[in-house]
Amino acid sequence: MNTLVVVEIEDGRASLVSRETLAFARGLGLGELHAVVVGAAGASVVADCAANGVVAVHEATNAELSSYAAAAWAVAVETAGRASRSTTVIAGGTNRGNEILAHIGARRGLAMAANAVSVVSTEPLVVERQVVQGNALETTALTDRIRLLTMAGHAVAPEDAATPGPAEVRPFEAALTPAELVARVVRVEAREGGDTSGLTSAKVVVGAGRGAGSADGFGAVDALAARLGGAVGVSRVVTSLGWRPHSEQVGQTGSRISPDLYIPCGISGAIQHWAGCSSSKTILAINTDPDAPMMTKADYAVVGDMHEVLPALLEELG
Amino acid sequence: MTNVLVCIKRVPDPTGEVVLTADGSAVDGRFAGWTMSAHEEAAVEIATQVADGGTVTVLSVGLAEAEEQLRSALAVGATDAVLVETDTLGHGPADIAEEIAAVVRSREAGGTAYDLVLLGNDAADTGDFQVGVRLAYALGRPVVTGIQTIAVEGATATFKGEGPDGTEVFELGMPCVATVLEGGVSPRYPSVVGRMKAKKAPLETVAAVGASKGAGRVGLRVPPPPPSEVVVLGEGAAAAPKVVEVLKQLGVLS
Repeated sequence: MNTLVVVEIEDGRASLVSRETLAFARGLGLGELHAVVVGAAGASVVADCAANGVVAVHEATNAELSSYAAAAWAVAVETAGRASRSTTVIAGGTNRGNEILAHIGARRGLAMAANAVSVVSTEPLVVERQVVQGNALETTALTDRIRLLTMAGHAVAPEDAATPGPAEVRPFEAALTPAELVARVVRVEAREGGDTSGLTSAKVVVGAGRGAGSADGFGAVDALAARLGGAVGVSRVVTSLGWRPHSEQVGQTGSRISPDLYIPCGISGAIQHWAGCSSSKTILAINTDPDAPMMTKADYAVVGDMHEVLPALLEELG
Repeated sequence: MTNVLVCIKRVPDPTGEVVLTADGSAVDGRFAGWTMSAHEEAAVEIATQVADGGTVTVLSVGLAEAEEQLRSALAVGATDAVLVETDTLGHGPADIAEEIAAVVRSREAGGTAYDLVLLGNDAADTGDFQVGVRLAYALGRPVVTGIQTIAVEGATATFKGEGPDGTEVFELGMPCVATVLEGGVSPRYPSVVGRMKAKKAPLETVAAVGASKGAGRVGLRVPPPPPSEVVVLGEGAAAAPKVVEVLKQLGVLS
């Protein structure tokens, strides 16, 4: 039977984690690959689906779905699942992806595996998934007839298929009841305390942790980020102490970043933080403790106080 | 006045090193210590803020040792606690939802109706991301997830959480269910008076319904850390020229 991927749209394209999920789903080789989007897919999203070998893009066109309502979106995915004769339904392991599949699981009495990273076998479907905030891997068997799972970000590369698919757009209206629209977004407000999207898309991130010392200890961090055209990211302790806003937090409970270069300063590299920065291509750590986990996991390290190293670095950069 | 039920879980401290138990079936918290997750700490804080004279009951499904986490919540404003005493190793997320739903129903029959049921967005250990949603369906109530702040006015609760385009606002009539993500409120530290109160606060232990669905877990492992291949560029300010060299090599200097 076939496989359905829930595709989320970001900046007019299939989001990165959706493209990763499409690549993973295609690799399973479980029948035809279908995609479902809520709202108009648009040419770029359809092109992303085609590049991934998608047979059909099921497009839920209900006007009521224009604002996010997890239960209603779940009904749309279920409807597309039936139309595409899918027995495996996969979403990205985002807040929405996990929420929508949890709704389907609860509605239909099906198990769901969150944040899978790899497949062990397809019949029965056994996956490895992230648990303990990404620090351990659990092998989980999905034994129901319909298998629900989400994919952790960065688990697979978003590679295109060798042969593109037709990605035929099939609009449909999901049959919704008022109850499914009770919990819906009634309005969206501008994000308080700055914009996290700058952090998650930055090519360079300068990080700071407890080593900053106080709320006043970020001058050189801000200056280096500005000099390198990057963003500032901080560890959980920094936001807990109120030194910087939560929007800048990198970690399991903050943003997950994947810059070309991450420069964590005075960050020990607790598991919480590592979960958010481990996808950085290169890490250059600055810390007084050469044995701190961040220093041993980094590609480059400078042993020293960030308050001495950063000013010297800024001067060297001119 | 709002009656709130907050569900918390005793988990190995996620900031510590992850070590498995001898049989490899679970994470061993003996070395890292035990805690509740940051999401749940935030949920307890929100509950005490919105209760406004109502009760704040904290609930945990777990072993007797979970009393420690329940008392921690009682020390920061919860009024009473329920322990559904059972080993949750064989419980899947649907089973945990059923255990909680059973308590909500029995309390309701006893005269305490919960307007709001709060949970963490995801458990710090099993990371299933679904107990709150399953509980809502078991109770026939609407649910929102990943919430950072809650305000209650009359019978309506306003929830805010971060969405892809900004802060998303939900308005729901109560009773309803919400899962909380840390970051919207600052959990308070227990006062001496709070700790004293917590020792005497009522804690009811109830029997578990028992797992019927079970967990799909067939194995658990901690992937080995990749070997360190760090290149030490130097010490202190003297390392600056070498750092600049690396920045040039990486092409991040314009």
